[in-house]
Amino acid sequence: MSEAEVLAPVSDIGGPAQPLLQVQNLSKHFTVSGGLFARKSVVRAVDDVSLSVDKGEVVGIVGESGCGKSTTARLIIGLIETDEGTILFDGETVGSAISLRELRRRVQMVFQDSYASLNPRLTIEDTIAFGPKVHGVDPEKAREHARDLLRRVGLDPAVFAARYPHELSGGQRQRVNIARALALSPRLVILDEAVSALDKSVEAQVLNLLIDLKEQFGLTYIFISHDLNVIRFISDRIVVMYLGEVVETGPVEALWDRPRHPYTQALFAAMPSLDPDHRTQKPPIAGDPPNPIDPPSGCRFHTRCAFAEPVCSSTVPKLAPTGVALHLAACHMVDPNSGHSLAGSRGPGS
Amino acid sequence: MSVITQDIVQPGPATRTRGYWAGVLRRLVRDPVSVACAIVLLLIVLAAILAPWLGLHDPYQGSMIRRLRPIGTPGYPLGTDELGRDMLSRLVYGGRLTLYIGLLPVGLAFLIGTSLGIIAGYVGGLVNQAIMRTIDVFYAFPSVLLAVAISGALGAGIFNSLLSLTIVFIPPIVRVAESVTTSVRSLDFVDAARASGAGQLTIMRVHVLGNVLGPIFVYATSLISVCMILAAGLSFLGLGTKPPEPEWGLMLNTLRTAIYINPWVAALPGVMIFVVSICFNLLSDGLRSAMDVRS
Repeated sequence: MSEAEVLAPVSDIGGPAQPLLQVQNLSKHFTVSGGLFARKSVVRAVDDVSLSVDKGEVVGIVGESGCGKSTTARLIIGLIETDEGTILFDGETVGSAISLRELRRRVQMVFQDSYASLNPRLTIEDTIAFGPKVHGVDPEKAREHARDLLRRVGLDPAVFAARYPHELSGGQRQRVNIARALALSPRLVILDEAVSALDKSVEAQVLNLLIDLKEQFGLTYIFISHDLNVIRFISDRIVVMYLGEVVETGPVEALWDRPRHPYTQALFAAMPSLDPDHRTQKPPIAGDPPNPIDPPSGCRFHTRCAFAEPVCSSTVPKLAPTGVALHLAACHMVDPNSGHSLAGSRGPGS
Repeated sequence: MSVITQDIVQPGPATRTRGYWAGVLRRLVRDPVSVACAIVLLLIVLAAILAPWLGLHDPYQGSMIRRLRPIGTPGYPLGTDELGRDMLSRLVYGGRLTLYIGLLPVGLAFLIGTSLGIIAGYVGGLVNQAIMRTIDVFYAFPSVLLAVAISGALGAGIFNSLLSLTIVFIPPIVRVAESVTTSVRSLDFVDAARASGAGQLTIMRVHVLGNVLGPIFVYATSLISVCMILAAGLSFLGLGTKPPEPEWGLMLNTLRTAIYINPWVAALPGVMIFVVSICFNLLSDGLRSAMDVRS
């Protein structure tokens, strides 16, 4: 592959209607051995997750810690091997039509910990130039490219190119991480809690930078966060995960107007209100998430759900249309024929 | 909106930052203890290397009539040993052999142990288990006992004691290398490098090696003093160097009979071992803090 090809964006194949990324029935189960004589148990970190990301879209993934958000991200980019499921990038199956190495040029990731994700022994410039160099770009050209990217993320290369990560602030380091992710001209960037560790003012700057870069480079984002305000600000579509499963997905306005899954409702209710008349008086959701080693039967949320009925613990709810376009929820109350007493009624979200 | 723009404000003039090792050296030079130790070690090493040109007495030439002269005897500033040989000359020449068998095993163990440890830590899984459990077998024996046992089994001699000391120092270095590599491997920048499509060897060379060599090197430096004492111990037991070869451990052994007659002279080889090993220890401490980027 020539240098120009590595640094230029990969050309579009499927056209604008073809989703950029399709994840189908993705599963990852980790085996946990409890010691020499203990029975081996299985953590269902990600269980039968399907999602699709359109070109130019920002898809937000939300959920409590441990719900499988980051595992999903690492599965998509191939840092962890999948147990089951297929990933299609622009209509091409990863593993057969395009190799993992090819996929990694098209999909890049920004990690949460801005310090741990930069090699302390490499200068900023060398860190950014590493990816292109690996793909065969001439070192001098790769460094030139790195300096250009530094400029694009708002860091003056004359000042920062030769610096080491520890000499930078958290916000500056995250800008470097973004530049590194862009070095291979990817089409999809996964931002795994990329702004969560930053303080609010810096977070806002980095979010604005991300929006600008999306325009400039024609990027598509998967934005993983536990911060609903950030997700609402940046996302076009939201995927809500609970214990390794997708429980609700839909356009951001539809979800915000009328969340249908009781878990999504609880998440929204947990957001502190800015209105002093609407202070949160009681916790919207009780207890900790159940142990993913032995997840509850039926709907995994039924142990903490205020509307739980016998059907919830016996039958697994499927993602079903809510009536609003693209808005799906995995709750028996959404499906009129599920047997839940509130099913088909206006439901708790109205 | 000064708070918002703070992140973009340029921090000072555009200075080219020095390389990592230049920074380490700069911090090391600022520490007076490290500098003093380095100077002492340098003098001892230089004296050992330049011994034939220093105009000293022949270290093998004994004399029955001037045995066990005290320190300060004219012509023999550090006295003479039980066979009337010049102590100063023997200490300087002894430094050659002692430093040799103190440094070489640690150097070899550093090379072998680091390779094994990095492989175990980076590859993980069964390879890790195979390497680390084998190392644990060696670890089960106290180091002195192991050195004596291997030396004893192989027979006396410099080569065999070098070999046994190398074997003794591989396990602890493997352990340190493995644990450092395991912790570095789990950091996000290694994942980021994998995500950019780099091969395992490239990641190991660029991202792992640079971050693990420092701590292992510091640890190995602290082993030099242990090695010198162990080597001296082997010689003392008659398993290392053979007389009349000058070597500090062996000299300590042969002079112990004179300890009631001329204690100061008899203690000199011990003093040398003490000085050199404490200098290596303090230097490795200084190196440890100099290598901490955030200091």
